[in-house]
Formats: sequence, C-alpha cells, structure tokens
Amino acid sequence: MPKKVPEQIIRLGIVISIIFGSVALTLYLLPPALKDKPFHRRSTILAETAKPIQFAGSNACADCHDDKYQQKKTGYHRNLSCETCHGPAAEHAADPITIKPFVARERRGCPTCHEYDPSRPTGFPQINPTIHNPLQPCVTCHNPHDPVPPRTPEECAACHAGIVRTKAISSHALVACTTCHTVPEKHKITPRIIRPTKPETRDFCGKCHAKGAPVVDAPKIDLSTHWEKYVCWQCHYPHLPAERL
Amino acid sequence: MFVGSVIIRTCRRKGCDMKRRDLLKNIILFIPVSGAFRATIQAAQANSDLNGYHPENHYYGMGIEVAKCIGCGKCIEACKIENNVPREPFFFRTWVERYIIKKDSSVAVESIHTGGKQPKETIEEKDILRSFFVPKTCNQCANPPCVQVCPVGATFSTDDGVVLVDRDRCIGCRYCIQACPFGARYLHPQTRTADKCTFCYHRVVKGLLPACVEVCPTQARIFGDLRSRASELVRFQRMNKIHVLKPYLNTEPKVYYSGLDGVVN
Ligand code: HEC
Ligand code: HEC
Ligand code: HEC
Ligand code: HEC
Ligand code: HEC
Ligand code: HEC
Ligand code: HEC
Ligand code: HEC
Repeated sequence: MPKKVPEQIIRLGIVISIIFGSVALTLYLLPPALKDKPFHRRSTILAETAKPIQFAGSNACADCHDDKYQQKKTGYHRNLSCETCHGPAAEHAADPITIKPFVARERRGCPTCHEYDPSRPTGFPQINPTIHNPLQPCVTCHNPHDPVPPRTPEECAACHAGIVRTKAISSHALVACTTCHTVPEKHKITPRIIRPTKPETRDFCGKCHAKGAPVVDAPKIDLSTHWEKYVCWQCHYPHLPAERL
Repeated sequence: MFVGSVIIRTCRRKGCDMKRRDLLKNIILFIPVSGAFRATIQAAQANSDLNGYHPENHYYGMGIEVAKCIGCGKCIEACKIENNVPREPFFFRTWVERYIIKKDSSVAVESIHTGGKQPKETIEEKDILRSFFVPKTCNQCANPPCVQVCPVGATFSTDDGVVLVDRDRCIGCRYCIQACPFGARYLHPQTRTADKCTFCYHRVVKGLLPACVEVCPTQARIFGDLRSRASELVRFQRMNKIHVLKPYLNTEPKVYYSGLDGVVN
C-alpha cells in the first residue's frame, strides 16, 4: 500500500506546475508577436521599413542624367519629378544597363494632365487633344523636359478654356477679353507672377451700359440708381452676364 | 534562468538554507531588475535596426492645397506601385475625389479612375457652378478610432505619428474599416488583412518623400515634420487657413487642407 502523499505537498505541486506551465506557455508556445506591445510593434515597424523602394526620388537621377535634370530645372515642368512621367525607376538607378524605365513617347502620356477638364483650376494649361495638332506625338513639338510652347500662346483659351467657352455663348461674346483685362505679354509666360488687370469700378461697365453711353446695342441702366452700393460683378457674372439674381 | 541565478547567488552568500521569505523577496526584486534589463536591450536594438533613425524626434503630417490639384491621378498610381496595392479601382490607400456643385446646388462626388459612367460625362458644363478635386488619404489621426476598436491590438500609432497595421496579428475582422470615418482602410484581397496608407513609412524613415508627394506635378501635396521649424508643412500651416476633415469627430486628423470647400466631408 503506497504511502499517502500529504495534502500540502499536492497543493504545492499544483501551484508549482501552474507557475511552470504558464512560464512554458509564454516562453515556447505563444508566437513572439503576441507577447508584449513594444516588441510586437517593433516587429511591425521593422517589417514596414524593410519594404523595397520603387520610386528612387527626384534627386537620384541627377548624377547620371544631369543634362535632363538641368533642362527640367527651370522649365514649366520643374515641379514634376522624373518618375512622374517615367514611372518607378529605383531598379533602373541601381542597374541602369539591364533595366530601363518606361518612356511614354506616344500622345497618350501628356493629356493625363493637359486635357481640358472643367474641374481643373483655371490657368492650368489645357488643350483639346482631338484638335490640338492631332496625330503627331506631343514630343515632336514640345520637349518633355522643357516644354515651352513653340510660340507664345495667343489665345486665352490655352489656360482659361472654361471661361472662354462660357463667354463665347454669352451676350458678351463680342466683347474681347482684352477690353476688360489688360494682359501683359508676360502673363502668358509666367502667368502666376505677371497678372492681368481686372475692372475695378462701376464706371468701367458704365462705359457701355450707362444711360447715354455710345455703344448702341448694350442695354442701358441708370448707374446712379442701379444697385449703387455694389460693384456690378457681385450680381452679374461678367463672362455670362445674362445670368442674374 | 534569471530567477535561478539570483537565488543561487543568494544561496551561496547565506549558506544554502534559503528561507521562503528570501525567495519571495528575490522574486519581487526580479521584476523591476528584469524590466530595466529588457528596456536597455530594447533601446539598443531600436537604434541599431532603424539605421540611426529616431522616431521620437519626428511627428509627421501632410498638407493639401486643394486649388492646385489637377486630378491627374499620378498619386494614386504611384501609391499602388510603391505599396503593392491591387490595381483594381476599388482598392486604394489614397484617392482623389471630383466634386461638382451644380447651379441647382446639388453636389456630385466621384472618386476619379473608378470606371463606369462618371458624373463628369453626364453633367453638362453649363450646369456647373464650381468644380474641383480633393485628394484624400488616411488622416493619421492623433486620436484614431480604428486603433480603439481593434480587438487584437493589431493597429497602433508609432512615436512619429503614423498609424500602422501588424499583418501577422490582424485577423481581418473589418472593425477598423467600419470605424474609420474617412473610409481610408480596405481589406487587402491577398493577405486578407486590413491595409491603409502608412505615409510610405519605409521611405520616410530613409529621408524620402511618400510616393504620392514625390510624383505630384503641382505640389498640391506637402509632406513634412510637424516638429521641425524648417518644415514645408509648418510654413504651409502658418501661411494658410487650415481645415481638417470632420473636425467634429475629434479624431484630430494630421492631414491639413487649405482652401477646402464646405461641401467636402
Ligand atoms: C547609375 C546611373 C543612372 C542613374 C542613377 C539613373 N540612370 Fe537612367 N540611364 C542610365 C543609363 C546608363 C541609361 C542607358 C542609356 C542608353 O542605353 O543609351 C539610362 C537610360 C534612361 C532612360 C532611357 C530609357 C530608354 O529606353 O531609352 C530613362 C527614361 C532614364 N534612364 C530615366 C532615369 C530616371 C527617371 C532615373 C532616376 C530615378 C535614372 N534614370 C537614374 C543611367 C542612370
Ligand atoms: C513630362 C514628363 C517627363 C518628365 C517629367 C521627364 N521625362 Fe524624360 N522623357 C519623357 C518623354 C516623353 C521622353 C521621350 C522623348 C522623345 O522620345 O523624344 C523622355 C525621354 C527621356 C530619356 C531618353 C533619352 C532621350 O533623350 O530620348 C531620358 C534619359 C530621360 N527622359 C530622363 C529623364 C530624367 C532624368 C528626368 C528628370 C530630371 C525626366 N526624364 C523627366 C518625359 C518626361
Ligand atoms: C503629371 C502631369 C503632367 C504631365 C504628364 C505633363 N505635364 Fe506639361 N505641365 C504640367 C505642369 C504642372 C505644368 C506647369 C503649369 C503651370 O505652370 O501652371 C506644365 C506645363 C506644360 C507646358 C507649358 C504650357 C504653358 O504655356 O504654360 C507645356 C507646353 C507642357 N506642359 C507640355 C507637356 C507635354 C508635351 C507633355 C507630355 C510629354 C506634358 N506636358 C506632360 C504637368 C504635366
Ligand atoms: C505640331 C506641333 C505640336 C504638337 C504635335 C503638339 N503641340 Fe502643343 N503647342 C504647339 C504650339 C505651336 C503651341 C502654342 C500656340 C498654341 O496655343 O497653339 C502649343 C501649345 C501647347 C500648350 C500650352 C497651352 C496652349 O494651348 O497654348 C500645351 C499644354 C500643349 N501645347 C500641349 C500639347 C500636348 C499635350 C500635345 C500632345 C497631345 C501637343 N501639345 C502636341 C504645337 C504642338
Ligand atoms: C500660359 C497660360 C495662360 C494664358 C495663355 C493666359 N493666362 Fe490668364 N492666368 C493664368 C494663370 C496660371 C492665372 C492665375 C490663376 C490663379 O491664380 O488661380 C491666370 C490669371 C488670370 C486672371 C486673374 C488675375 C487675378 O489676379 O485674379 C485674368 C483676368 C486672366 N488670367 C486673364 C487672361 C487673359 C485675358 C488671357 C488672354 C489674353 C490670359 N489670361 C492668358 C494662365 C494663363
Ligand atoms: C465685360 C468685361 C469682361 C470680359 C469681356 C472678360 N472679363 Fe474676365 N473678368 C471680368 C471681371 C469684372 C472680373 C472680376 C470678377 C470678380 O471678381 O467677380 C473678371 C475675372 C476674370 C478672371 C479671374 C476670376 C475667374 O473667374 O477665374 C479670369 C481668369 C478672367 N476674368 C479671364 C477672362 C478671359 C479669359 C476672358 C476672355 C474669354 C475674359 N475674362 C473676359 C470682366 C471681364
Ligand atoms: C465694350 C462694351 C461693354 C462693356 C465694357 C460691358 N458690356 Fe455688358 N454688354 C455689352 C453689350 C453689347 C451687351 C448686349 C449684347 C446683346 O444683347 O447681344 C451687353 C450685355 C450685358 C448685360 C445684359 C445681358 C442680357 O443678356 O440681358 C449685362 C447684365 C451686362 N452686359 C453686364 C456688364 C457688366 C457687369 C460689365 C462690366 C464688368 C459690362 N457688361 C461691360 C457691352 C459691354
Ligand atoms: C445687387 C445686384 C446688382 C448689381 C450690383 C448690379 N446689377 Fe445689373 N441687374 C440686376 C438685376 C436683378 C437685373 C435684372 C432686373 C432689371 O432688369 O432691373 C439687372 C439688370 C441689368 C442689365 C440689363 C438691363 C436690361 O434692360 O436688360 C444691365 C445692362 C445691368 N444690370 C448692368 C449692370 C451694371 C453695369 C452694373 C454695375 C454698374 C450692375 N448691373 C450692377 C442686379 C444688379
């Protein structure tokens, strides 16, 4: 008959085995990521930072393509990264001979940015690809790395197509843009720096619309009583004047 | 092992008749000692693994100048390539919305590049009152609801202010996708885990710009360190009236908009 094990010993044994069991569980059975916060976060951060880089960044190309880099630096495309057009090129920069980046020589590449779209900000150069010198690739006339238009665009439509279209069907269709805006030639080259004038006073519109003004077909109002506290364009959109309150 | 050695050492000192009291004392002593020990190891490792990058010295955010966006979609494309986001239009970490406010004051919103019939094609230009593009991405909220709801703690904010997802821990339950008020998360179809913008964390720690900022042709996106005085982003915040999306939710977004229209949410 086996000697009875004292109860204290059994209890102690249970406690000890629970302790050892839980230590073993945390040490060997749980995946390391579950064990504690800073460590599992660090493993995520390490995994995240170890991801390969696809876009080398705008300075990575300068070493080997200095000509293009210098060309682009002062042109209209200065804010474009090389990889905006050429796609990810980190692999090319590491191994330039075997891996060649993408080069969009056809017409499709440029309209992504330059096709007319009414949601685009006014002033951004936009063209209608179906009528702007069709069939030829854009690069036959514009150097993609320094895209000056071959001649200064004469038409305001180049950059204000939305306004031009609106005005063309309005009662001001025959009033030229330059009647109301004095446009320095340089506005077409550095449009954000050199700005055209805009009408400033009620009298300006009065030149055609005041009672007794010489322009016969312009409808007349009495300047001194017609909403005299406001400037005209608070109510009439000058590029589509038929619309009013 | 550590407990063992402490016990043995005490043993030697006292001649091996250790009392229960001593054992308890040693165990209690062990806890802070081991904590300090681990902290030192961790600190040492953290520095060595990130190549001298110190997350605690940075705090990142993004600025968006709405009036500059031309809706070319280069940012979406670059993000997908850089971060292995599936090419299908309904998976994205960053996206661009076109807003059209019509003269009858109805508002049409679409995410560009989603295929199908787009409002742009059905709305006539003469009915448009105003229209513009709004680039969007994860706001990397300082107070992120997605982190709060994760049942397994798989998503968290880093010291430099970026919300990341642990792919090994994520169970794909989609709570975070539901909880994000900005719709910035999606379930990656291959890994079946939640995926989201990381501000291109792997680029940023190496001093590169996020891919979307890198390729933006008009500098509509500005990336920077809110802790640095010399940061473009801080200048942007100083010079412009800034709005964030859904401020009333108090998530404290770190994507700052200038020129944001009231209809955008
Ligand atoms: C280590 C030097 C090096 C770096 C860095 C480099 N390139 Fe190149 N690249 C070359 C060489 C060499 C060629 C091949 C010229 C040839 O074949 O005539 C080339 C060719 C190209 C071409 C033309 C491909 C073609 O099909 O004609 C493009 C576009 C280009 N590189 C873009 C880039 C961009 C963008 C970057 C920056 C991310 C870059 N390169 C960085 C060396 C470099
Ligand atoms: C607006 C888009 C655009 C940008 C930005 C741009 N490229 Fe190009 N690149 C092109 C196109 C389009 C061609 C093809 C030109 C051709 O066939 O005449 C080209 C051609 C090239 C070539 C081939 C050599 C050649 O002359 O045909 C190299 C090299 C190159 N680019 C490098 C660069 C580098 C470096 C940068 C950044 C400094 C850059 N590109 C920025 C569009 C771009
Ligand atoms: C990723 C967008 C993007 C792409 C692609 C792009 N451009 Fe541009 N382009 C711009 C930006 C931005 C400007 C500067 C506009 C400004 O100054 O407001 C510009 C300016 C220009 C101008 C100057 C217009 C003027 O008179 O102000 C021309 C011409 C031009 N691009 C031609 C091209 C051609 C040709 C291509 C294709 C090879 C091309 N662009 C591709 C973004 C782009
Ligand atoms: C046959 C030569 C030629 C081709 C091909 C050509 N352009 Fe032009 N482009 C011009 C000339 C000339 C101007 C300036 C005068 C004008 O407004 O038409 C110009 C002007 C521009 C401007 C400045 C805004 C403007 O309308 O004045 C942009 C942007 C532009 N082109 C983009 C493109 C794009 C994109 C393509 C390809 C889809 C392209 N061009 C193809 C000759 C060309
Ligand atoms: C090369 C592109 C380009 C051409 C061509 C161009 N503009 Fe502009 N225009 C711009 C840009 C860019 C702005 C600035 C828009 C902005 O700040 O939002 C601008 C602004 C203006 C403004 C507003 C100025 C202000 O202070 O608010 C007027 C008025 C204007 N243009 C009239 C014209 C007229 C009239 C023509 C034709 C004779 C013309 N522009 C041709 C690009 C152009
Ligand atoms: C009848 C006079 C008149 C004519 C003609 C006119 N404008 Fe204007 N334009 C104005 C006035 C007035 C403003 C200022 C409107 C305001 O502040 O609400 C203005 C503002 C502008 C602006 C800046 C604000 C905006 O709406 O973007 C641009 C750009 C512009 N005009 C371009 C043009 C172009 C391009 C044409 C020719 C197609 C043209 N304008 C013809 C009177 C005119
Ligand atoms: C060069 C002369 C001229 C100037 C300057 C001028 N307009 Fe007019 N405007 C006209 C003419 C001509 C018509 C009528 C055309 C028609 O009915 O075919 C007209 C029509 C109008 C109408 C009536 C539209 C309608 O269909 O009922 C309004 C309103 C108007 N202009 C407002 C303005 C405002 C505001 C300005 C100042 C920013 C202005 N105009 C500057 C010549 C001018
Ligand atoms: C407070 C808004 C307001 C302002 C400011 C305002 N108008 Fe008007 N205008 C109207 C309204 C409303 C009408 C149409 C009702 C009417 O015929 O009296 C109108 C009508 C007109 C007409 C058409 C008259 C006709 O017989 O068809 C002309 C031309 C005109 N305005 C020119 C101007 C000019 C020029 C100015 C600036 C000196 C100006 N308006 C300022 C609200 C305004």
